[in-house]
Order: sequence, then C-alpha cells, then structure tokens
Amino acid sequence: MMDWLGTDLWTLAVIVGLTVITVISRSFFFLSDKAWPMPGWAQRGLQYAPIAALSAVVVPEVITVQGTLISSWQDARLFAAAAGAAAFFWKRNVLLTIVLGMGVYLPLHLGLGW
Amino acid sequence: MFLNAELRRHPAFMQGLRTLAPQAPGIAAWGLMTGVAMVKSGLSVFEAVAMTLLVFAGSAQLAATPLMIAGAPAWVILATAFCVNLRFVVFSLHLREYLMHLPRVRRLWHGYLCGDITYVLFVRRFPQPGQTAAERLEREAWLTGNYGLNWFSWISASLVGIVLANFIPTHWGLGFAGILCLLAIQCSLASSRLRVLAAVVAGGVAVAAYALPLKLNIVVAIGVAVAASLSLERLRSLRGAAGA
Repeated sequence: MMDWLGTDLWTLAVIVGLTVITVISRSFFFLSDKAWPMPGWAQRGLQYAPIAALSAVVVPEVITVQGTLISSWQDARLFAAAAGAAAFFWKRNVLLTIVLGMGVYLPLHLGLGW
Repeated sequence: MFLNAELRRHPAFMQGLRTLAPQAPGIAAWGLMTGVAMVKSGLSVFEAVAMTLLVFAGSAQLAATPLMIAGAPAWVILATAFCVNLRFVVFSLHLREYLMHLPRVRRLWHGYLCGDITYVLFVRRFPQPGQTAAERLEREAWLTGNYGLNWFSWISASLVGIVLANFIPTHWGLGFAGILCLLAIQCSLASSRLRVLAAVVAGGVAVAAYALPLKLNIVVAIGVAVAASLSLERLRSLRGAAGA
C-alpha cells in the first residue's frame, strides 16, 4: 500500500538540510562578497570526490543485498548495470542508459525472478 | 527569479528558453524517473514532493534517498549529497565572474536554480562575462529563461512521476532506475584514469566497509578514494619530474 502523508520531523529536517546543500554547492564561490583562495589539495580533490561519492552509493546497490555480497550471478541488477554502462559509453546519453538498463532489468527480474 | 518582470521582458529571456527547449524532453524523462524512483525506494508521497520542490538536485536526491530509508545520520546524508554536488562547486567558480555584480540574495537564487545543463549551455553561449550593464543584464535574462524552462520541465515531470508511482507495484523494482541514473552520471565523470581509480576504490571500500555503523562506509569510501587518487597523482608528477 502506498504511503501518502507519512513523514516525521527528522526526515523533513533532512530535506531542508539537502535544500541548503543545493544552495551552498551551486553558489559556493559567490556566497561571499570577497574572493577567497582555496588550498591546492582541495581544488585537486574536487576532481575525484564526485565520482567517488556516486560510486560509493551505486556499487553496494548493485552487488550486495543489505551489504552482503551476492553469491549468485543470477541477479538482474548485474546485467542491467552492465547494459546501462555499455549504453552510456556507446551514446553518452543518460536517458538511454536508464531505458536500456531497465529494458534488461525488468524481464530478468519479473520474468525469471532474478 | 523568473518572476522578475525586467528579466522576463528582456528578449534574451526567450532566447535562453528556446536554447533549452531541445533538451526539455530528456530533462522531463529524467525527472519523471526520479519521481518514480524516490517513491518506489520508500519515501512517502509528501516527502517525495517536498524533495522535488525544495532540493531540486536529481543526483543528490537519488543518492540521499537510500541513506534516508536506511536511517543514516543526517550529517552522513548531507555530506554525501554535498560530495555528489561538488561539480556545482566547480561551476560556481566559473559563474562567479558573471554574477558578482548582483546583490547576494539574487546571486544565490541564480545559483540555486542553475543545474548542469543550464551551466553548460550558458557558458557555451556566453564565453565571456558582460563588460557593460546592458551585457550583464542580457546574460542574466538569458540564464533566467534557460533555467526557467529547465525548472518547469523537471518539476512538473517529477510530480507526474510521483503520482504514477502509485499505480506501479513495488516488487517491479523500478527504484533501480534511480541507481542506473546515478551510474550514468558516474560514467560521464570517468574522464581520466585517476577518476576511474577513484570510482573503483570508492566502490570497493563502500562494500568492504559496509558493516560500519551509520552508513559511514560511504564517507570512508570517499575519503580513501580521494586520498588514493591524490597520492597517485602526486607520485606520477614526482616521477615525471625525475624523468625529465
């Protein structure tokens, strides 16, 4: 059954916090009226942090069940992720990645129960 | 900001809007999917609507959702969202010279509403910041028209997705579309070997350290991956210097 209005103060506070994060990250270097220098290591760290953050979220969602490594290759997520990544490097298109990835996921997951 | 009549009446407003138009169906499809994925991952309709209207950052929303459902501490969720959003920090360094003449609140509104696609289109259309007041106004109006349509396409499609999610059984696993979306953005960032290394290390550490409480595995994974890439980068430059 769908959950329509369910929420709690903690979740709402996190959503407000995430909104502040959007404003701060998108306006970071014009938050202040003054220019301020950034240490070199932090500037270089910006090269790597975004892909690391995405990978840290994505990889466990593809190859584990609640943190336990999957023991069977018969898992729809593996094939969907591989197809999605291949689709991305083929056409460089986010939408196509999702469409082809789900096109592999749904038949395996619903049809074969993987 | 698109409610500002001076910007809306400027001819550059419609030009900026028209430049975004070819991208709008793709943005809408992504928004639709994000709406479905948030609800199918376990957020209530009310929470998903609040996320859509307030947070306005698809990749951060999709990364934060599983952490919220898992009950991770707020600071871990916010730190993860900030890391996912770090590309915007880089964009803001570039946009600074286009916006610094404006009062702070107005700058922050523009920053908040300027997503990936608008940034790319904007700096392509205007490689140089405006020199005169008229040029600056033109850029501001173009930016506003461009992100105005982006905002509308994204928000309306996300809300439709949240409603549609109610008619789709959860066991179909459509929440996985959100992971595929993050995967696509991850692939788009894999532009150098050291970045690929950062992704591999972060993924491995996130799985290996999964047992850590409070979803700290995410934070540890980011830290280890960034440190590994920076060290290797330094090692490479030292070797390069020695070889020269």
